[in-house]
Amino acid sequence: MTEIGWWGVPVAVLGGALRVSTPFLFVSLGEAITERSGRINLGLEGILVMGAMSGYAVSYLSGNPWLGVLAAGFAGLLLGLLHGLICNLPRVNDIAVGIGLMLFGTGLAFFLGKPFVQPKAPTLPSIPFGGWSELPQLQSALQVNPLFLIGIALALVLAWAFRSTRWGLVVRMVGDSSDAARAMGYNVNLVRTLATAAGGFLAGIGGSFLSLYYPGSWSEGLSSGQGLMAVALVIFARWNPISCFFAALLFGGAGALGPALQAVGITSGYYLFNAAPYVLTLGIMIATCSTRRSLAGAPGELSITR
Amino acid sequence: MAAAAEALAIPLAALAAALALFGVFMAVLGHSPLEVYALIWRGGFASGFAWQNTLTRAAPLILTALCVALPAQAGLMVIASEGALVLGGLAAAVVGHSLGGSAPLAVKLAMACGAMLAGGLWVAIAGALRQYRGVNETISSLLLTYIALALFNHMVEGPLRDPASLNKPSTYPIGAEAMLGNFPGLDVHWGLGFGIAFCIAMYVLVRHTTWGFALRIVGGNPRAAQLAGLPASQLVVAACFLGGAASGLAGMVEVGAVHGTANASLIAGYGYTGILVAFIARQNPIAIIPVAIFLGGIAVSGGMLQRRLDLPDATVLVLQGMAFLFVLASETLYGRFRFRLRPPDKGGSEQRERGVGFLFFMKDRT
Repeated sequence: MTEIGWWGVPVAVLGGALRVSTPFLFVSLGEAITERSGRINLGLEGILVMGAMSGYAVSYLSGNPWLGVLAAGFAGLLLGLLHGLICNLPRVNDIAVGIGLMLFGTGLAFFLGKPFVQPKAPTLPSIPFGGWSELPQLQSALQVNPLFLIGIALALVLAWAFRSTRWGLVVRMVGDSSDAARAMGYNVNLVRTLATAAGGFLAGIGGSFLSLYYPGSWSEGLSSGQGLMAVALVIFARWNPISCFFAALLFGGAGALGPALQAVGITSGYYLFNAAPYVLTLGIMIATCSTRRSLAGAPGELSITR
Repeated sequence: MAAAAEALAIPLAALAAALALFGVFMAVLGHSPLEVYALIWRGGFASGFAWQNTLTRAAPLILTALCVALPAQAGLMVIASEGALVLGGLAAAVVGHSLGGSAPLAVKLAMACGAMLAGGLWVAIAGALRQYRGVNETISSLLLTYIALALFNHMVEGPLRDPASLNKPSTYPIGAEAMLGNFPGLDVHWGLGFGIAFCIAMYVLVRHTTWGFALRIVGGNPRAAQLAGLPASQLVVAACFLGGAASGLAGMVEVGAVHGTANASLIAGYGYTGILVAFIARQNPIAIIPVAIFLGGIAVSGGMLQRRLDLPDATVLVLQGMAFLFVLASETLYGRFRFRLRPPDKGGSEQRERGVGFLFFMKDRT
């Protein structure tokens, strides 16, 4: 083991940014789809935990982690569909349903996941990109999970789809003006339900990353608000999938700060450093929000920006 | 009158539906639903012993529910109760320890004040950020909760830790004299009394004072409030402060009547259950009391379900989650059964945009 001392911190933050950012990336891309259609799903936190649990369970039972990823997405899809269907009822508030879904999803995941806390499920492989370096720290930092690469591709595809496909335009129109969409003959509730279900699918996959790659096991303390932070992250990224990617990297780096400092022997402020992503999120929201103007690029129908 | 009957019947029907679905869920997993219901009844409500446990559990739920219900009067959805509770508990433990040896009554009062101040200021941040910076209060309050938990863990395991607490890091104990007692002849501590008194006071404040009326106008129709020249920002921040103070007091009650010190036992999810209580009670401070007792009973019976049927401790969370979703979905039923006072509208979030309709809207809520 080569000793690199304090350089370990930035290297570990870089590695953490690559590793920890994947769930942020998937959840924020999913939430971007949902919010672009004019709804907000605060329940992604619950979907994330549910995805982590079902992904781990299916990977353990089938022996194939990729089946687990798929199952996690499917579980997320169902919960997203539930959110969408409840919100279709007139006079039901999407933010409140999100809070309800957050509690329901985590409760259900803890309940069904109880038998899977102990066993060890097969986890996802990683691709080493650090072979050129002599430093083991750098090599381990550059272990990249395939899901991360899929996430980058997905961000590019979504950015293109929002701009230049019929589906993307329909979702954006429904999000900007439900009256216009109705006049064009589109079923607003249907589009929003499908967008929420798609968002749930991606958030579920983000959850499977937590249990199947990093930290790589299922426990009740697995998620600590990543799903919620992703909602704030989407606002920060102005509903743009490409910006979501960079924001996810930033948040991942902030999340890796605590463990990185712990690794070089600074343990006193452990909890405070671990709170860095929350403080960062709050700071960014304070800096970018305003009471006078609505946010640039915000979908017109979104309840949190009105 | 019609509105009152609705406000009672619809949440009850939603709860019944949630219990029914929970029974189906249990049946699918191979447990007899009737046995589960019977265990919930016996664990939470069937005996004096069960009732004492239920009421003890309801005390913090009443107070954390107020943390949601008071800002809701001003149209805010604040869910910072868990964070305000732990910070209030921490403040109470610090005050109680540092005043050790003073007159017990003074110590208790100082603990309560410290806890309410800590919780109140914490939640007021969310209100102020919304009013002055336009930050969505639901997201900021949840983030504040995570930050509060981190602060709490840092303080309890770091600067404020009692070296004598080996296995479970805790602050210095507040001492036996400073502990809150029980109601005479009962095994229920005074925290329940605090909760009920707080609810009644808030009910009077919100429904029968000019201040409360102004607050509800801000919540019902911000534009009308602006036209009337109401100080919306001060009202919102004050409502958040009062809610946070209630939740902080819940932390003081848990420290002062149950644990005797601040440690990780405070993080028990009371804040999250409190959100559910407030929504079932439709943000009405008086209705919070019976709802909190009901949910407290279900929470208490969780232990019995765990022992008798070997169910995971998250069973109660599943039931609570189902109840939450049913209650929220039932919002759509209001005004469908009788003649309408207000014009029909298109969606929940559009309520704020109505002009004169807010008068009918407020009438319906009461």
